[in-house]
Amino acid sequence: MADASAKQVLFEPIFSNNPIALQILGICSALAVTTSMNVTLVMCAAVIAVTAFSNLAVSLVRTQIPGSIRIIVQMTIIASLVIVVDQLLKAYAYEISKQLSVFVGLIITNCIVMGRAEGFAMKNGPWLSFLDGVGNGLGYSVLLVFVAFFRELLGAGSLFGVSLMPVVNEGGWYIPNGLLLLPPSAFFIIGLAIWGLRTWKPEQVEEPDYKMSRHVAKEAF
Amino acid sequence: MEHYISLILKAVFVENMALAFFLGMCTFLAISKKIEAATGLGIAVVVVLTVTVPVNNLLYNSILREGALDWAGLPNVDLSFLGLLTYIGVIAAIVQIMEMVLDKYIPALYAALGVFLPLITVNCAILGASLFMVERDYTFGESVVYGFGAGLGWALAIIALAGIREKLKYSDVPEGLRGLGITFITVGLMSLGFMSFSGISL
Repeated sequence: MADASAKQVLFEPIFSNNPIALQILGICSALAVTTSMNVTLVMCAAVIAVTAFSNLAVSLVRTQIPGSIRIIVQMTIIASLVIVVDQLLKAYAYEISKQLSVFVGLIITNCIVMGRAEGFAMKNGPWLSFLDGVGNGLGYSVLLVFVAFFRELLGAGSLFGVSLMPVVNEGGWYIPNGLLLLPPSAFFIIGLAIWGLRTWKPEQVEEPDYKMSRHVAKEAF
Repeated sequence: MEHYISLILKAVFVENMALAFFLGMCTFLAISKKIEAATGLGIAVVVVLTVTVPVNNLLYNSILREGALDWAGLPNVDLSFLGLLTYIGVIAAIVQIMEMVLDKYIPALYAALGVFLPLITVNCAILGASLFMVERDYTFGESVVYGFGAGLGWALAIIALAGIREKLKYSDVPEGLRGLGITFITVGLMSLGFMSFSGISL
């Protein structure tokens, strides 16, 4: 991947190699924050910033890190960045940081950040690593925003807190689907999104462990 | 006593780490293809959580929290912003120490858990439990019980999912849903099942 162009590095992770849908990375802290668009966008911005800058920092010191302690070094860089983001959110967006509660802190253990630092930034230069961080952050955001869009629209009849489909309780016509505000719905939406993505790009389909044998018409006489 | 039983039930069923808070999802989905592997990882998570949450609780209450450094003559120091760095450091260190101790004294258990221990450092459920402990202001006793309960709930969920997936691989799943897609839907259904526990309190 050393000669990959900047454009490829930036846009590949969005659909072709999506961190959530294909690499099974970073699902952990993501799903609980997708009940409303506002909160989701803040979370996405935080993740993009942390992934990009941790990739940049790790890539800058990559020749100096001794191999045996690299995980600890990466962890410290990431944790420091997350602390900065956490403090910024508390200072300028206190309401939203309350809603995100522990999930900002959990960006530290978000596998995307670690995975990209270890898998990409340790081998590539600072500029490409920075772009790779932004790209993977975007890939994560696309799926998150997609989930949040459906959950907020169908679950509460609004987007960004602005009511689009007036709900029955407030004299409108839309009966909100409460299930979409509960945890299970996020799993269903991501499952269906993966189905859609793989139908569009069939090369991502996984091989089955067992194949059905052909049905043969042989009856017991 | 009753308070602790209620806390443990809540941590295992109502606020299940994996199914209600989506914590530890990466390993949850990646290591749930075989029941033996899932059981090994589950036990490792229970052990690590039962140790790390109380240790982090002690650190938070005696050093990090506002005014905790009173005994050192620094009553106005608030180090709680260093929390994240401390917890993750403690977790990484404890996992490492545990690995060495097990290797030396209980090789059988080490052989069973060995592969899973390093994975646990980056498991969000471990860090998540410590952060929830701080947010909810648990006492030391409560943190021991909560750590154990949270681990047990996570282990229960991954073993159940592995059981389902072992059966599922024989079924004829539509092409695009194969593998990860159908796993997500299954976890969603499990999570729906666990929601029926909500509202239980003793």
